[in-house]
Amino acid sequence: MTMTTTNDLITQTPAKRRFGGGDLIGLSVILALAVVGYFLFPTNLALLTRIIAIALLVLSLDLVTGYCGVATLGHAALFGAGAYAAGIASAHYGINDPLAMLAFGIVAGAVAGLVCGAVILRAHGLPQLVLSIALIHLFHEFANKASSWTGGSDGLSGIAPSALIGLYEFDLWGRTAYVFGVVLLALVFALLRLIVRSPFGMLCRAIKEDPVRIRSMGASPKAALMKMYVISGAVAGVGGALNAISTQVVGLDSLSFTMSAESLVMLVLGGTGSLFGALTGTIVFMFFEDVVSAANPFHWLTMVGALLIAVVLFAPKGLYGTAAAIVARRREAK
Amino acid sequence: MQPVFEVRNLKRAFGGLAVTNDVSLSMAPGDRVALIGPNGAGKTTFVNLVTGNLAPDSGEVRLGGETVTGIDAIGRVRRGLVRSFQVTRLFLDMTPAEHVALAVLQRDGRSGRLFGNFLSMPDVMDEVGQLLGKLGLRELMHRKVSEIAYGQQRLLEIAVALALKPKVLLLDEPAAGVPQSDTGRIEQALADLPADLAVLMIEHDMDLVFRFAKRVVVLAAGAIIFDGSPSDVTQDPRVREAYLGSYANASHAA
Repeated sequence: MTMTTTNDLITQTPAKRRFGGGDLIGLSVILALAVVGYFLFPTNLALLTRIIAIALLVLSLDLVTGYCGVATLGHAALFGAGAYAAGIASAHYGINDPLAMLAFGIVAGAVAGLVCGAVILRAHGLPQLVLSIALIHLFHEFANKASSWTGGSDGLSGIAPSALIGLYEFDLWGRTAYVFGVVLLALVFALLRLIVRSPFGMLCRAIKEDPVRIRSMGASPKAALMKMYVISGAVAGVGGALNAISTQVVGLDSLSFTMSAESLVMLVLGGTGSLFGALTGTIVFMFFEDVVSAANPFHWLTMVGALLIAVVLFAPKGLYGTAAAIVARRREAK
Repeated sequence: MQPVFEVRNLKRAFGGLAVTNDVSLSMAPGDRVALIGPNGAGKTTFVNLVTGNLAPDSGEVRLGGETVTGIDAIGRVRRGLVRSFQVTRLFLDMTPAEHVALAVLQRDGRSGRLFGNFLSMPDVMDEVGQLLGKLGLRELMHRKVSEIAYGQQRLLEIAVALALKPKVLLLDEPAAGVPQSDTGRIEQALADLPADLAVLMIEHDMDLVFRFAKRVVVLAAGAIIFDGSPSDVTQDPRVREAYLGSYANASHAA
């Protein structure tokens, strides 16, 4: 009889499972795409930075929807809170250091996550969805009414971020904002990869599958989901702050129902429950929208709709999710 | 010996129907008790009351000398009252290793950790390997649960429960739905349960009950009508009347 030690067990476990081989690949892909984007679209870096900001929102949504199974159509509230906090810090308090503005965005996003989580997690299924819609409308209306702080429907202007770490001015071409965005996305992605593979990430995946079972293991699903909502809020806050810093204006659309719904569409398009899926969905949706709306300004929404129907019907796991499933099947077949 | 688990005068009615009617039960460490009863006897309600998923109208549940009647289901699990489910409730997209690791991490208060991977935690992997090895699931530890056989899923239910290191284990029909060819493995797992663990098994399979239990409690119409040894249960006229009549007659005929 052979004895298998713990070290043997750990060694026998595929390294990819232990260290997450996807981490380095994912980071490499993000950085490679960023470099390619920089050289392919040197005059359209603002769009690329916007894609990064929205990608952060979709990653944030993936945490609560994809990993925890929480249904929400109000996630832009967290993004908008981050954007307004960063913008108000600069426009009203003269806090123009981009990193300080970012910190304001993170904290505001996390607080908004706490508030939204406390409300949304009181219900399940359709009522949960309705609560999230009510919340985004409340956030939107609050920002609209508090016009002395937010600029109301005119948007918040007067945001003037100073040079990044005192060296790099935010130029008209948007190069600094773009590089700043890429670094933020890479850092957030790496952090989230660690979190989703951590014991907490595993707990959240289990809650998504069966919260009753988790309770019978002595864990509180609600406490875990609240924690994830706060983390998700912080991530969305990063995206919101990046948007405020790069565009130097914050509009009511940053916490709109439309943005919430679009972020959910992007997530479904790429594939829920996967950080790669969230990134894929954002990039494909935003590029497709940009290209199609330029090519046909009258019927572009029809084409976007057609793409979504095609993906939902023929790749229900999303673009990345389906591709990953095909690759996995082929590996197993070998 | 000091009881590890006590139920005193537990009552619960739905409308005018008393589903749990003045039930009292006591178990010491190491007890092997089977709770049986015909369909509608109130077994599921009893389990829900005991585990904290349902509040009693009156009565008391005590665990390790502490009254836990006002404590919710999660709090009772943390105090050592663990159950398995009649129909497996596992996370189909996760692996057996993840199930057991999650239970171990939860038990140790580490399931909220934001960093680190259990696969690189020697103490967790040690327990995962031991538990799954004991139940013959080690080779399957990294397969998705949806890909393993039902009998193996039942064993995994037991592994998850044991990983929580319970003082009292409630097994709800552990062999239900398992093909006859696989029940031996389940029975072996039950026989290998820790000696100091108090086990209350709800089961319909009378052969399994007689092989496993040192004591049988019979519930009928929400009340305990028998509490004694397996050898006496079939002789009890109330039990024969309420539940075992056909079984007893069948065994006499055989």
